Amino acid sequence: MQKRRPIRVLIAKPGLDGHDVGAKVVIQKLRHAGMEVIYTGLRQSSEQIVSAAIQEDVDVLGLSILSGSHLELSQELMEKLRARGIGDLLVLVGGIIPPEDVPLLKSQGIAGVFPVHSPLEEIEKFIHEQISRRRGEV
Amino acid sequence: MGKSDTKPIKETEKNRGPREAYSSFGEPVKISYGPDDLQGFDYQHDLGDPGNYPFTRGIYPTMYRSQLWTMRQYAGMATAEETNERFKFLLKSGQTGLSLAFDLPTQLGMDSDDPLARYDVGKLGVALDTLDDLERILAGIQLDRVSISFTINSTAAIVLAMYVLVAQKQGVALERLRGTVQNDILKEYVARGTWIFPPKPSMRLIADTIEYCLNHIPRFNPVSVSATHLCEYGAKAEQSVSLPFLNALAYIDEVLKRGYTIDQIAPQIVFHMAVGGRNFHLFEDVAKLRAGRRLWARIMKERYRAENPESWRLKFSTGALGGGMTAAEPLNNIARGAYFALAAVLAGTRSLNMACFDEAYAIPTDLALRTSLRVQQILAFETGVTDTVDPLAGSYYVESLTNHMEAQMRKTMEEIESRGGVVKAVEEGMLQRELARQSYELQEKISRGEKVLVGVNRFKTDEEERPMEIYRADPQIRDSQIERLRAVKAGRDSRRVEETLRHLRRAAQSDKNIFPAIFPAVEARATIGEITSTLKEVFGEFKEPATV
Repeated sequence: MQKRRPIRVLIAKPGLDGHDVGAKVVIQKLRHAGMEVIYTGLRQSSEQIVSAAIQEDVDVLGLSILSGSHLELSQELMEKLRARGIGDLLVLVGGIIPPEDVPLLKSQGIAGVFPVHSPLEEIEKFIHEQISRRRGEV
Repeated sequence: MGKSDTKPIKETEKNRGPREAYSSFGEPVKISYGPDDLQGFDYQHDLGDPGNYPFTRGIYPTMYRSQLWTMRQYAGMATAEETNERFKFLLKSGQTGLSLAFDLPTQLGMDSDDPLARYDVGKLGVALDTLDDLERILAGIQLDRVSISFTINSTAAIVLAMYVLVAQKQGVALERLRGTVQNDILKEYVARGTWIFPPKPSMRLIADTIEYCLNHIPRFNPVSVSATHLCEYGAKAEQSVSLPFLNALAYIDEVLKRGYTIDQIAPQIVFHMAVGGRNFHLFEDVAKLRAGRRLWARIMKERYRAENPESWRLKFSTGALGGGMTAAEPLNNIARGAYFALAAVLAGTRSLNMACFDEAYAIPTDLALRTSLRVQQILAFETGVTDTVDPLAGSYYVESLTNHMEAQMRKTMEEIESRGGVVKAVEEGMLQRELARQSYELQEKISRGEKVLVGVNRFKTDEEERPMEIYRADPQIRDSQIERLRAVKAGRDSRRVEETLRHLRRAAQSDKNIFPAIFPAVEARATIGEITSTLKEVFGEFKEPATV
């Protein structure tokens, strides 16, 4: 059987928020779990993020947002992803997310929402399960 | 508590002996401490009376018996008018220390109509595009009667120039202006992320600001060196003091090069220290701040040959960190905040601002802000902790921790200095990498249950969280702010704007202080975005090194 390539993840900081320690912690966790993780750095426009996702051919896009602008930023990003034909990409959002915003984000097409202090194992497990399902491994 | 709760603990004690405990240095903590742990302890040399060198016990003799700490709450109001109203309300209720938070575009030198800024205008703080905005924020407030703390870094020189112009227009004598700009760029590269220019030109801007302040507004603090963000980014107890010290010394060295003396510079520099957060340990947090006072005094006197006692005194406010606040069972955070505050006060802070119980959800609501203030008031008036200065002095444990902290801080500082200094460490991303790794390790400890967070990895309930009131920013703010910006641009003399910006570019290229060239641009109503872009043309932009 042909060996599957490792799961490729892009972690991005949209908007102007500079708090990226959470993003960096998640990156380290996913790398330890054997995934290939690329980090965009701070202050990326949604165009830049979508282009990076396409260029790097990633399976997962993780957005880290702690500025309170998560609803607007994720909406814009999902629209841009669809416009570029990759609206089915697995997109996760993490950061300071009030509980009642979780269903709103999911209705925009965000697959998983992980507010600050979410256990890292949950994020890793979620990605593994979702990608395995998509690859038809389950 | 029922019987079933106490039984397992007794069994544990019998079967496995006492629990193991480790300090933040990774060393075992003894079951108890005694005289052996303080061999060679010399009261005069190691502590001194409060108010005396080396100030371990406090920088003033009577501390809270004469004056309580300032209870300052950091809150970002969205519009100039709201902020102005809030300021007037606070002044009327007797507060004299105001705190001004800016939105991210202002902190990054972007105008409110910048497309990249479109979701961040008026969030987390007030938007400032031109001098007119600051005039509206401060309308009717007598600037010689208040002290304002500005949370601003990369664009601090521009905002300070605006503030000086507003004061001059009010007719206030500049030597009476009091306040602080954060202006601590080095920690922005490591944590928080509001950098614009590369480290070297940024250091020059900071030195320009210090130089301007000590010559023209001597009661204004040009730098507040901050530990809080470094701590949230994974700094350990001793690093949360030694790293800010390295940053402060880098700023001081930059101004010394211009021919000023240490006694002109050092008294102007203040610190914003950290307690609490994920790494919280009551006694370590107290010990690190006591050790910090002693180490700073010694560095200033022994290494920098400062002669003025004001240069020896470590002046710090304290922030009780939100990183330790949990999203699960948010009311538990009130108790956490109270312990953080207790640590700050046992360490003799002169000012305290606290994270609120809803920190993990959004910026605080009025209820959360008031509760944090009440926590401080209860501590000040109901607990007796203010009755005597430095009540933990002489404790075998606390003094031995204090000694240990100072030694470790010296070691960290020497190590980074021997590797080429803190500016280089930041340029190359070395510090960023180290703290990111420490954050990850802490998170793994929480996952493994080695670091307990009540309600998160211990004593978890399946009860559903009760709905909480959450602060929401008003989406109309951006439109009205852009309207204002357009009106200012329509009403200004654009030839004068261009001329002042050309002048600013030349000043940036020279090695002269930039302030005389910022004033005319700000006065001509050049925007914060235009001024920042002009400086970018000369200084360039910081490129993030790979840090993870």
